[in-house]
Amino acid sequence: MGAALPQSTVGVLALQGAFSNHLSALSTLGVAGRAVRRPVDLEGIQGLILPGGESTTMSMLLDSSGLREPIADLLHGGFPVLGTCAGLILLSKRIHDGRADQRGFDVLDIATARNAYGRQNESFESAVELSGGGSIPGIFIRAPRVMEVGPNVEIIGTRHGEPVLVRERSAIGCAFHPELSGDPTVHRLLIDQIGRSLTAVADASQED
Amino acid sequence: MNSDVTTGSTPIKRGLAEMLRGGVIMDVVTPDQARVAEDAGACAVMALERVPADIRRDGGVARMSDPEMIEGIQEAVTIPVMAKARIGHFVEAQILQSLGVDFIDESEVLTPADEAHHIDKLAFTTPFVCGATNLGEALRRISEGAAMIRSKGEAGTGNIVEAVRHLRSILGDIRRIGQADPAEIYDWAKQLQAPLPLVREIAETGRLPVPLFCAGGIATPADAALAMQLGAEAVFVGSGIFKSDDPAPRARAIVEATTHFSDPSILAKVSRSLGAPMTGIGMDAVTERYADRGW
Repeated sequence: MGAALPQSTVGVLALQGAFSNHLSALSTLGVAGRAVRRPVDLEGIQGLILPGGESTTMSMLLDSSGLREPIADLLHGGFPVLGTCAGLILLSKRIHDGRADQRGFDVLDIATARNAYGRQNESFESAVELSGGGSIPGIFIRAPRVMEVGPNVEIIGTRHGEPVLVRERSAIGCAFHPELSGDPTVHRLLIDQIGRSLTAVADASQED
Repeated sequence: MNSDVTTGSTPIKRGLAEMLRGGVIMDVVTPDQARVAEDAGACAVMALERVPADIRRDGGVARMSDPEMIEGIQEAVTIPVMAKARIGHFVEAQILQSLGVDFIDESEVLTPADEAHHIDKLAFTTPFVCGATNLGEALRRISEGAAMIRSKGEAGTGNIVEAVRHLRSILGDIRRIGQADPAEIYDWAKQLQAPLPLVREIAETGRLPVPLFCAGGIATPADAALAMQLGAEAVFVGSGIFKSDDPAPRARAIVEATTHFSDPSILAKVSRSLGAPMTGIGMDAVTERYADRGW
């Protein structure tokens, strides 16, 4: 379990935010990463990361770059994706306290509230308890809060009982910043998901 | 607060700076301007009473902004709000922290309050950004606790030449230190008047320990892309947006240029029909260089 197929490449949305930190985290795990700024950059990737940054900025740039529709098509087709912080907001179906014109990709059946822990002075480090046992470091920066979780959403990590790491189908959402802590657990979840998706595709093609 | 929760730590402060990478931080003087900036895709705004071009024109002592004005901007937008304190004026910084601004800029654009000492930034929960003209200055600010460095450029001029000089100086020395042998690192620390452990860290990692942004003179999308291609990780635009003919489209074009900084076809597209940029001034006409403030 865990080893990605050697040829897989993970795209990191590189419009604004902590994309280079995610590329470094992938590199540490021996996985190829690619900065995604234009639709052509989506060709040949097996998974996608939506990084932290400002969700309003990324939302504008998703439209101007022409990336919104091709990414929405991929994600609605079950493409493996990890969204951290602002990326979690972009994945969620309902956004509290966002801008009226803010739109997400609607793949995680959760409601998130922007900046619901407070401003930067309230940003914090705190352990995240894993449902499978153990804990990992959590760096929460002007973090979104998961307010509601739909019936098909799996809660993988909590802090003080609140969900902060969730998964639905092939989409993983994370309120904190694994790309800053150096802990590989969350990135491994995505890589495992890519492995499962590639295996499923291979099995399906064998049956044909 | 629960005892297992840490706020204001170095990873938390530097983390917010990491989140602003690839973005544009815009100077705004009213809530309306702040909304224009947010609509255009700014990743943060800098709340201040006068943009640097007006500070330069008006002269006199430039100080921290009125808290009421800063709060008005905090209420107007959801993106991070920064505000400026005078160099060494730790009480202005205490006030800004109590207002809950997301980043404090200890800024040479305001009139310095202390001619020898910068603020002890490690004593604060709120992260700080400081300007630098060279690597030694950047490392002294980082050792005092700055979570982000911006090359100073020359604010309020609309002239990119000083920003280019400062970026080339900082990044050129980082590259040269990467080539230095261990014995030469000591001499680098001495020449730069910078702490040896930070110089060693640069030799190992090839980058500053905090994000390096560019400020001071950006007026066009091409200016922003130039800063990014030289190695800046995000840009501040002060007077360049709201001193231009048509701020909203220019703001948006600079945001797009900062993201697509290495794609000339996109830069050509977003640079079209923006109206006149701020007029700007040549360096020989600048009587007071803000970049010389700070030590």
